[in-house]
Amino acid sequence: MLRIHNLTTEFPTRRGAVRAVEEMSLSLQRGQIMGLVGESGCGKSVTLLSILRLVARPGRIISGSIHFEGRDILSMAPAEVRRIRGADIAMVFQDPLTTLNPVFRVGEQIRESLRVHRIGTGRTSRREERETVLSLMKEVGIPSPESRYWQYPHEFSGGMQQRALIAIALACRPKLLLADEPTTALDVTIQAQILELLSRINSERGTAILFVTHDLAVASEFCHWISVMYAGRIVEQGPVDEVIADPLHPYTEGLLRSIPRLVKPRRRLSPIPGDVPDLIGLTNRCSFESRCDRRMPECAERPVSLVDVGGGRHVRCILYE
Amino acid sequence: MLMRVRTVARNLCGLLYLICRHPSALIGLVILVAYVVMALFAPVLAPYPPNTGSVRQSFLPPAWQEGGSPAHLLGTDHVGRDILSRIIYGARVSLWVGVLSVAISMVVGLVLGAISGYYRGIIDDVLSRFAELLMAFPFLLFAIGVMAILGPGFFNLIAALTFKSWVEFFRLVRGETISEKTKEYVEAARAQGQSNFRIVTGEILPNIIHSVVVLATLRVGYMIITEASLSFLGIGVQPGVPAWGSMVDDGRDYVRTAWWVSTMPGLALLLLVLAINLFGEGLRDILDPRLKVD
Repeated sequence: MLRIHNLTTEFPTRRGAVRAVEEMSLSLQRGQIMGLVGESGCGKSVTLLSILRLVARPGRIISGSIHFEGRDILSMAPAEVRRIRGADIAMVFQDPLTTLNPVFRVGEQIRESLRVHRIGTGRTSRREERETVLSLMKEVGIPSPESRYWQYPHEFSGGMQQRALIAIALACRPKLLLADEPTTALDVTIQAQILELLSRINSERGTAILFVTHDLAVASEFCHWISVMYAGRIVEQGPVDEVIADPLHPYTEGLLRSIPRLVKPRRRLSPIPGDVPDLIGLTNRCSFESRCDRRMPECAERPVSLVDVGGGRHVRCILYE
Repeated sequence: MLMRVRTVARNLCGLLYLICRHPSALIGLVILVAYVVMALFAPVLAPYPPNTGSVRQSFLPPAWQEGGSPAHLLGTDHVGRDILSRIIYGARVSLWVGVLSVAISMVVGLVLGAISGYYRGIIDDVLSRFAELLMAFPFLLFAIGVMAILGPGFFNLIAALTFKSWVEFFRLVRGETISEKTKEYVEAARAQGQSNFRIVTGEILPNIIHSVVVLATLRVGYMIITEASLSFLGIGVQPGVPAWGSMVDDGRDYVRTAWWVSTMPGLALLLLVLAINLFGEGLRDILDPRLKVD
């Protein structure tokens, strides 16, 4: 349904171009949940924005293709892209409070999202629209929607705001939901509820979800497939259980080691040493090399590419070439 | 439609309630309403027509002074016209000029400011430089210049006042749009597939309109003063139309002997502008969430 091929998105700076996303390839089937995992600044969010062609200037997509249901989004006219946004591909953002418009009542904002794509396809009455909104609010688990409809965003708790945002995203029955760290701003119990809501939507409506998170634990519970990104590139990709149980790339291993465990035996956390490399002037050699505990002299010499290692798994590391 | 009317009505009632709890805003509003009523019903309220009088009745002092008569509460001017009646009629000019010039400036500033702030780029550069150019002129001097070219008259006056005044709104709206534009709800609206026009009018504008309303209120007072200044200088509305500024001018030569001729319209002006400013500042306290202290 969604096929990204060799996507590269660049932000020109005075010191040179920053490649926020480089040669990103990924495909997502109908009804699947794909997790996009990586640390801050590795290009997860830019990938999502690229899919909707919303990368803010001066950033631009310089190469690649993004096929959605067989059509290349990158070669569409702006008006066509706008018809897809919100209707076929909807997005849920990280911080629900700032994403809701502070001056409008929540119910009206959900109703507004219905209206954006209904222009010209017959007039629905205000009452019908309100009915739809109320049932959406019920579906995402907002209690007593009749009174909640007339409240302002600041009168909602964080979890409720995120539910309202999800309702807005679902309003036009999208086939693909892009979720940009939707649980990061919430506390853990609420986080679990939102994840549960998202997986229910996935199973009931068959909505595919591209789920961006920096939390490998969240991704492992919730996603079917997982793509680990590092410095703008995908370093490992595969079915979630296999990747978690048997990580191939040293970076994925490192990520897994740095998750705290609550059950015994507890062990000392082993964070990955060093920092993310400067994204300016990266070459097509391994960008994790300077932090890798399994590096070889060869790493600094030879370019690496994403290799298919069978079983739907891909990895970008010289060890597997 | 009915629903929308009802929502607006509810919001207005809420606003009115907040104003009632803000003493200075309330005082301002009451005086302002009194002036508006005065202007609207001038022919009914004024005891005499504004432009008739007889020289035999000239320089009658206000009623409470020796020689004054209750027939002319605030006295008469050098040609015997009733000052109270002229003040009542003069409110029409002041309010019209104030409201109309601010309304036009606001619309122009709002449209250009939103375009400039939202799209930036070359349009923004050109408009901003032009606005800065206009800012460099002192307002009154600029208005005098424009009036000297256009000649006196009501609409010329509006034009002269508007010509520079939209810049204030432009700068405000542009700045606010630039800061709102980066907020996440705008990005979300874009991700929803909303058009630029819809984003600006439906998402950004409702978030900045409160500061525009406050600025507009405060600008009305300023416009009224400028109108009075121009009328005082004899380049305001057409001669014969009762305007406070020209009334002050009429009495200028007689300040020592008949102080009321200049003073009374001056006081009317003072009270109106004071009321507008009280109301405007009260409105700012009420509407600006950043200043809210409860």
